[in-house]
Amino acid sequence: MTVAATPAPSPATTGGDSGVRLARSRRNAELSLLLLAMVLVAAYMATVEANLLDTVTPDFWMPAAALGAVFLGLHLVIRFLAPFADPALLPAVALLNGLGVGFLRRIDLGEAAPVDREDLATFAGIGGRQLAWTLASVILAAGLLAIMRDHRSVSRYAYTLGLAGIVLVMLPAVLPSSISEINGAKLWIRVGGFSLQPGEFAKLALLVFFAYYLVRKREVLSLASRRFLGIDFPRGRDLGPVVVVWLISLLVLVFEKDLGTSLLYFGMFVVTLYIATERVSWLLIGLILFFGGAYLAYVLGSTVGGPFANFYLRAEIWLDPFADPHVKGYQLVQGLLALGTGGLFGAGPGGGQPDILPEVQNDFIFAGIGEEIGLFGLSALLVVYLLIVERGLRAALAVRDSFGKLLAGGLAFTLGLQVFVIVGGISKLIPLTGQTTPFLSAGGSSLMANWLLIAVLLRVSDGARRPVTGGAGKASRPAGGPPEQLHGAPTEVIKP
Amino acid sequence: MNAPLRRVGIVVMVLFGLLFANLNWIQAYKADEYRTSDYNGRVQVADYKRKRGNIEAGGTAVATSKETTGKLKFQRTYPGGAKYAHVLGYKPVNLADTGIEQVENDFLAGTSDQLIGDRFKDMFTGDETGGGNVLLTLSKRAQDVAYDQMRNNQVDAKRGAAIAIDPRTGAVQALVSMPSFDPNPLVSHNTNEAAAEINKLEQNPDGPLKNRALSETLPPGSTFKIVVAAAALENGVTKSTPIPAGSSYTPPTSGSPIRNAAASICPEPQVTLLEAVTESCNTGFAQLGVRLGADKVKEKARQFGFEQEDLTVGQLGEGGLRTAASRTGDMLNPDGSTDPAALAQSSIGQNNVRMTPLQGAMIAGSVANGGSQMRPYLVRQLLAPDRTTSYYTAKPRELRQPVSGPVASDLREMMVSVVQKGTGQKAAISGYTVGGKTGTAQSAPDRPDHGWFIGFALDKNGNPVSAVCVVLEQAGSGGSAEAARIGGQIMKAAINDPGGR
Repeated sequence: MTVAATPAPSPATTGGDSGVRLARSRRNAELSLLLLAMVLVAAYMATVEANLLDTVTPDFWMPAAALGAVFLGLHLVIRFLAPFADPALLPAVALLNGLGVGFLRRIDLGEAAPVDREDLATFAGIGGRQLAWTLASVILAAGLLAIMRDHRSVSRYAYTLGLAGIVLVMLPAVLPSSISEINGAKLWIRVGGFSLQPGEFAKLALLVFFAYYLVRKREVLSLASRRFLGIDFPRGRDLGPVVVVWLISLLVLVFEKDLGTSLLYFGMFVVTLYIATERVSWLLIGLILFFGGAYLAYVLGSTVGGPFANFYLRAEIWLDPFADPHVKGYQLVQGLLALGTGGLFGAGPGGGQPDILPEVQNDFIFAGIGEEIGLFGLSALLVVYLLIVERGLRAALAVRDSFGKLLAGGLAFTLGLQVFVIVGGISKLIPLTGQTTPFLSAGGSSLMANWLLIAVLLRVSDGARRPVTGGAGKASRPAGGPPEQLHGAPTEVIKP
Repeated sequence: MNAPLRRVGIVVMVLFGLLFANLNWIQAYKADEYRTSDYNGRVQVADYKRKRGNIEAGGTAVATSKETTGKLKFQRTYPGGAKYAHVLGYKPVNLADTGIEQVENDFLAGTSDQLIGDRFKDMFTGDETGGGNVLLTLSKRAQDVAYDQMRNNQVDAKRGAAIAIDPRTGAVQALVSMPSFDPNPLVSHNTNEAAAEINKLEQNPDGPLKNRALSETLPPGSTFKIVVAAAALENGVTKSTPIPAGSSYTPPTSGSPIRNAAASICPEPQVTLLEAVTESCNTGFAQLGVRLGADKVKEKARQFGFEQEDLTVGQLGEGGLRTAASRTGDMLNPDGSTDPAALAQSSIGQNNVRMTPLQGAMIAGSVANGGSQMRPYLVRQLLAPDRTTSYYTAKPRELRQPVSGPVASDLREMMVSVVQKGTGQKAAISGYTVGGKTGTAQSAPDRPDHGWFIGFALDKNGNPVSAVCVVLEQAGSGGSAEAARIGGQIMKAAINDPGGR
């Protein structure tokens, strides 16, 4: 309970002696944690080779070294451009990303002919491609840190990003299936051999817009209300944007056949709305709308079919995957069997049989890894994810401006929600929906978008922990936030 | 905005807590169920990583594994096709395994505790040695003859079984169940094809998957007279004692008259026991059974192995192919007293008496072996993967003593008489003394009769070398004579190639 246990410094106190405490950049802690993470990744890769090849090749460390080098580069960029950024974020993400590359490389090794195994090139196969994507993503994240010296500067492009977000979301739905559909979900844009999931980037763009919009409207949304059953409900006309986002989510659900993305957008919006207004009623309305919509889609799917049929089918599989274990429920059943086979300790890295699992490099990577590292390993991975999310929320708590709070809080929650949706999906906690597992799944779009998300969190956390040095602090911010944020600041003093 | 942010933090923790709890459910509580699930292909891939050992009969591999390039590294093959199917069973990818493949699975797969030394050695040498080898008792020639003769039987019977055992040891020399099936398609790595094949076999009305030699029980007909004769010999009747016969006998209280198979058989009012057996005199044995009483007949049958439910044929310890129990069945009136009509019918192997072919061979075997019934077995030896070490060698053991030596000797003389001048003459083998008993059993009122033969062969010194039981289901007239002929052929082959004991 890190968040609750350590109350974030409120703006009134940050200028005082606590500023001295916060002035420690903790970059060396970040470096040592990063090195530890890379040692773990290298050890994982060595174990994979020992189990799979019965020998550890002399250059087993090459992918880990390539990853280490680029993460080290990012660390240096942070050292100079965001010296007060949260020191746990980079090592935690680096560990997940490194294990992801390691596991994808392990799939390559398993599929390669025995004679080729020992000299599988560093950049070969999906593992190699993921490694290359990691390098590109980290460079992009470093670039974002370099361009965006203050997180508030992005609020200037909020409407542009909002429009871009909606276009990115809708694009696969309107494009012909031949370009956008993979495995029944219309989420992609495929040009040549290159495929992109615009929704991953839309997530970021939309959140910037949400944060900006809500900061401007928060007072109206939170104050103008009608009381009903002891809960403050918003006025009808203020519901407009909520209904619009709800409709967009439903359209995504129906036309892109993707419950996960729909749930993600809607959850993201409702939670930022709740953070902005502090009104529980928004959460209730959001939950009712979402579950109502999902139930409606389920009922329509069973009666009308058509665009809702896919959702109905997924719900049926979720309710009883073993009803049709060979065709419809095959993927989920195999995922569960993989997790069950792993048991408490797993078969050991390289000791499982991930090739049995369909889509093990994407949606089912958590099940594939789970077979090999067991319940203990998966629990550790969940803790690492939780650490990233809670660190992001902590940055949101600590940052001084409302836009930053909403941005960081929304992004952190979205990341957590995505992990919940996909891990819950493959473990039959909730209906399975096609989502990538952040930093683990193969795929450039997801990796890049999530690294950009981390870059934003790093930037916000830097802003949060950077000591306020009177006028100098103001002068160092070239952009200057919108005036609404300054109005928002004093409110925080009376609401710790 | 900090209060809702903290609450969001708690919500995320709750969500992750749910994930954690759910993973515990799947990876701890349900782990075993999922690990061993029928849908879990991992178990199979692991099974197929190591070369499964051979099953051999008379020095020839009748089940072996070939390396493939597929995901499952080894393909099981049965070079003998349908010939050994009911002994070997099959080891399919997805379906249930059967036969010796099933009962010796651990040893063949190399996962048996006995082979832990080999596995331990592998850890250091880095080799992947295969599973162990199972050596069967079967005589290759006897099995060949039994399979071919049954398939080409001259009475066009579609179903039946033949089993030959060595009376001195209990080693099974031949075991055939007809119709048979080719196990090779069932072990195809294409599991859909294998499933389709097994469905086809399961739906076949002749039941090719059933091991009739061990688990089909049929009315034994006149072969059961040996049991009644044994009971009589122990109750004051000798082989030359005259017993009431006649062309027809109607039991005291009720029932339809019992007749002989032909008018020429024992029309005299009295014949000796020897003559009654030789000619297969129904009226004589019906009256003999009624005179002895149901208890004595049932008890003698039990002493020969009837009613035993837990006999298995594999190694001489636990495990092995399961067998059905032979039964003497109910011979009672509704009020609980013995029904003489039922007893009379039972004494000639009808009514509710049911016998497996294995039981028939064991009766003949114990008569030939001086009254000592050896426990039947199929597995002669278990050999290490590298064939240097033996982990098991069968040590024959007596199962029971159904009759005393003198009684066995009398029974032997009567059975020899059957082959020399009675109904079983087609079983004769030149140079050997063959004894036996034929049986013709009514199956259903409108169906052809089953033809039975149980018998044995003695060498010049009077040592028993083979005992056999052949049944041809619904073979009609001439069925028991054809069964006798096939029985003789099988024993002759078993004499020439005794197989492993």
